[in-house]
Amino acid sequence: MAVAFDDTLARDAESATRTLTTVGSRRRGRRPASRRPQRSWWLTASMFLVLAYMLLPLVWLVVSSTKTQESLFTSFGLWFAQPFSLWDNLVGVFTYDGGIYGQWLLNTLMYVVVGAGGATLLATLAGYGLAKFDFTGKRLVMALVIGAIAIPATALTVPTFLLFSNLGLTNTPWAVILPSLISPFGMFLMWVYARDAVPTELLEAARMDGAGELRTFFSISSRMLGPGVVSVLLLEVVGSWNNYFLPLIMLNDPRWYPLTVGLNQWNNQATTQGGEIIYNLVITGSLVMIVPLVIAFLLLQRFWQAGLAAGAVKA
Amino acid sequence: MTTTLTPSRRTGRGRRGVRGQVGWVFVGPFVAIFLLVLIAPLVYAIWLSFFQDRLIGGVSFVGIANFVDAFTDGQLWSAIGRVMRIMAVQVPVMLLLALFCALAIDSARLAWAPFFRLMVFLPYAVPGVVAALMWGYIYGPRFGLVGDVSSFLGIPLPDPLGPDFVLLAIGNISTWLFTGYNMLVYISALKTIPTDLYEAAELDGAGPFRVIRSIKLPALRPAITITVMFSVIGSFQLFNEPNILRPLSPNVITSDFTPNMYAYTLSFAGGQYNSAATVAIVVGVLTMIAAYAVQFIGARRER
Repeated sequence: MAVAFDDTLARDAESATRTLTTVGSRRRGRRPASRRPQRSWWLTASMFLVLAYMLLPLVWLVVSSTKTQESLFTSFGLWFAQPFSLWDNLVGVFTYDGGIYGQWLLNTLMYVVVGAGGATLLATLAGYGLAKFDFTGKRLVMALVIGAIAIPATALTVPTFLLFSNLGLTNTPWAVILPSLISPFGMFLMWVYARDAVPTELLEAARMDGAGELRTFFSISSRMLGPGVVSVLLLEVVGSWNNYFLPLIMLNDPRWYPLTVGLNQWNNQATTQGGEIIYNLVITGSLVMIVPLVIAFLLLQRFWQAGLAAGAVKA
Repeated sequence: MTTTLTPSRRTGRGRRGVRGQVGWVFVGPFVAIFLLVLIAPLVYAIWLSFFQDRLIGGVSFVGIANFVDAFTDGQLWSAIGRVMRIMAVQVPVMLLLALFCALAIDSARLAWAPFFRLMVFLPYAVPGVVAALMWGYIYGPRFGLVGDVSSFLGIPLPDPLGPDFVLLAIGNISTWLFTGYNMLVYISALKTIPTDLYEAAELDGAGPFRVIRSIKLPALRPAITITVMFSVIGSFQLFNEPNILRPLSPNVITSDFTPNMYAYTLSFAGGQYNSAATVAIVVGVLTMIAAYAVQFIGARRER
């Protein structure tokens, strides 16, 4: 049963990886303009309903970020109110409590760069190694990685905390970075991708010329792995940027918090005794946090359409 | 699809890679950290689950006593019951909505299809924490939209975070966050359908709904299995949304609301590390069983 499951999972993930290489131009012009079916008005209308649902909280967030703490309570949520205080809120976000929001932003960037970057590098090297080399223990490594794909990451969060607190690693950035470095699914994607994208004949030719394996990897193979690397990197960046449970459980010191944990701490001030209520800063801080990712998504459309679809198996 | 598959088979199976241990140079770093952050916590949690730490008597081996406790623990089972009730409603609603959007966007009958695809996917760029904060404010009676609408109509609307609606309120956040992602998975599966199938259907005079039933849905089956499986895993592992909404409704969203919140509370508020490890293992295994079951059903249907 376990074997059957792994096989199906592997097959589905493989087809997902293949989608990665085929999404894009393939279907352009599938239907000639002359035979294009008629537009359906009710389909468009119902999609507008879906659109309203998807945009409702975002419109609410943008409108609310222009309000003061007081007018949040007194005005209608989906329309602007006087005074227009977006700028004051922005200043407040970055100056409150000695500008700790800026620190959280830097921490998040560090966790994304080191965590997601490191995870992508490790997954790429290992996927390439599994695809193109034979070595002792290869079958065991493959079995472990495929088995690990099925383990939900959050299930391991509490056990990882228990282990790390024994090792004295909690409340350090390493406690957040180390677990982010391993993505069994990303490694699996790179393995499947490298197997197809890098011709073994080419590697043999490089060996005949006397090039070392590492040099071959960095000068030749890495270029062919580009699209796969971008997909895995996107998955890991989104994962690190949104990470909440792990840093929440690992970190005590607000100076190491990422934005997710920090914003929630601001929000909880309202229900803590003696805590100052700063909903306007939580709201504006949330907006500041999602703007970079939204812009990145808009600019990198071509990549995520292929890349995140390939990550279908993760979620 | 078959054209890309054939050469890969040949390089993958027929011709082996380089022999010797040079492969470890590439695989070694990954394996080392993999052992530290995945295997070691797993082994440590299993080890912890066989011990108990009492005020009197200290640490002692207790066999499967912790597991017996977990299986008879009413708090754990009601937490599991809650996530299963959320799952039973939320997963079908979200995936049907995603399927509808994907089929609409793929149909060529929808105006501004690329715009809709982008907008439906946009919430995926929002971190779960921010999504929970936003919806929490919207739900809130004091300055949320629900409160606004309620005072505009002059009638009290039910509190979304009250005991009757809290599961729907939490499910709504997951639906909002992940519909677009699942839609994208379906759209890319639809894009792999060969054009000649549509042409043949057109020649046979098949209408759009016939094409959906006979061509598109069968082609979507593996993608649907995958999305169901990962939605089920996500439901069992629910933590962020209820944890963030909890201050707004502490009597309804209790500290043992979901299995993960229960494990979190056991290890933090209670310092009961052995019980926390046991709960994490039990829930992890249950999650994997559920995931296997979805895979199994999906694979059987495919035949």
